Amino acid sequence: MIEGDHAVPAPLGLLAELTHRCPLGCPYCSNPLALDRREDELDASSWARVFKEAAALGVLQVHLSGGEPAARRDLPEIVKAARETGLYSNLITSGIGLTPQMLATLADAGLDHVQVSIQDRDEASADYIAGYKGASARKLTIAREVVRIGLPLTVNMVVHRANIGRIEPMVDLALALGASRVEIAHVQYYGWAMKNRAALMPSRTQVEEAVRQVEMLRVRHQGRIAIDAVVPDYYARFPKPCVGGWGRRSLNVTPAGKVLPCHAAEVIPGLEFWNVREHSLAQIWRNAPAFNAFRGEDWMQEPCKSCARRDQDFGGCRCQAFLIAGDASAADPVCNLSPHHALVAELAERRQDVPYNYRTT
Amino acid sequence: MSKPATKLSGDACPRLPRGVRLAQSEAQGGWVLLAPERVFKADAITVEILQRCTGAATLDAIVDDLAKVFAAPRERIYADVVNLLGSLADKKLLEVN
Repeated sequence: MIEGDHAVPAPLGLLAELTHRCPLGCPYCSNPLALDRREDELDASSWARVFKEAAALGVLQVHLSGGEPAARRDLPEIVKAARETGLYSNLITSGIGLTPQMLATLADAGLDHVQVSIQDRDEASADYIAGYKGASARKLTIAREVVRIGLPLTVNMVVHRANIGRIEPMVDLALALGASRVEIAHVQYYGWAMKNRAALMPSRTQVEEAVRQVEMLRVRHQGRIAIDAVVPDYYARFPKPCVGGWGRRSLNVTPAGKVLPCHAAEVIPGLEFWNVREHSLAQIWRNAPAFNAFRGEDWMQEPCKSCARRDQDFGGCRCQAFLIAGDASAADPVCNLSPHHALVAELAERRQDVPYNYRTT
Repeated sequence: MSKPATKLSGDACPRLPRGVRLAQSEAQGGWVLLAPERVFKADAITVEILQRCTGAATLDAIVDDLAKVFAAPRERIYADVVNLLGSLADKKLLEVN
C-alpha cells in the first residue's frame, strides 16, 4: 500500500472525546443521540498510546473534549500524556466540574489552552439553554480563574435563535474576562441540534445581522481579542469545507475508541469504523474503510465532480448530504448548485417556539 | 498582506505568550507555530525571528542581531520583523512588554 500511503496527507488535529458524560443538557450538543457508556471509556494509558501514535502520524494539536472532559478524574494524567508527546493540548470544557485546584493541576501538567463555553450574556437565559441552574455563575468563575493562573482563554458562544441578538455583549463579556479569543459559532445541525432544529433556527434577517455584527466587532477590537466565527450554513450559498476535507486534516476518537473522520460521521449508514483497541492510529488513518470512503474526488457526483470549487470545499459536509439529500456522496445541499438546495431553505423556514429536547445522558 | 494594526516600538520586548509555541514536526515538513485552535507553518525567517522573542531582547536588538547574522540590510530586516510581529500581535499571539 505504499502508493496509497503517499496519497494520504498527515493529519493536523485530533479530537479526543474523553467521555460522553456531561452535567449540562444543551439542546445543540454535537454528541450522537446514542452515547457511549462510562464503562466503555478508554482508560488514561490507552489515551497515552493514542496520543503517541497521533504525534508520530503528524498530529500537532489534541482537543480534549466530550461530553465534559472534567467528568474524568484522570484528566491530569491524560493532559500530561499529551504534553509528553509534544502535542499542543486544548481543553474544551463547560467549566462545570472544574475547580481552581484542578485547573492549577492541569496547568502544571502542561495544558496549553482552555476553551470555556458560555451559553448567553443573560444569566437566566444561559442557565435555561444549558438546562442547569447556576451554570452561568460557575462558568464565569472558572473562566476568570483560567486567566488568573496565566492560561490563554477562548470563550465559545454557540449562537441560535435565543441568543443571536446578544453577540456584542457576549464579546464584551469575553473581553472583560480577559479572553484572548472568542468563538462565535452558529449551531451546526447534527445530533441533538438536528432534533432541536425548529427551536434553535434563527431567521435569515437575524443571521445576516449577526454576520454584520461580527465584522464590525472584529474591526473594533482588532489587537484586543481575536474573533473567530463558524458560519450558519443553512443560509449560505456555498458549503463549508467540512473538517477541512474528509480524511485530510483531522480525526475524532470517541470515548469508546472508535475513530471517525468527523464527530457526526456515524449517522452515515454503511461506513466501517475501526477502533484504537484493535488497530494503530496510523493503520486506521490510512486504511480504515470509513476514512477512504470520501477521500480525494473519486466518490464525487455532479455538480461537485466538475466544479471549480471542489478543491476548496470538497463538496461540503458528507453528513449533511446524507441527512438532507439522503445520499452521502451527493453535493452538500447547502450549496446553491445542489439539486436539493430548495430543501435547505424549506427546513430553515420551519421555525417553532417549542420547548427544547434537552440532551440526556 | 495588509499592514498590521499593531505598531511596535524599538524598545518593546516581544515574546510568545503561554499557549503559543514553536515546534518542529517531521511529518508536517518542518517548523510550525502552535496557537489556540490554529497552526501556522513557520518558514526559516519566521523561526529565526520568533526564537529571539524571549521577552528580554528589545525589537531593536533583535533586528540588529538578525542584520549581523544574515549580513542583510537593517531596513529590510526591520520591515520583516515589524510585519510578522505586528500581525501576530493583531491576532493576540504575541505579548509585548
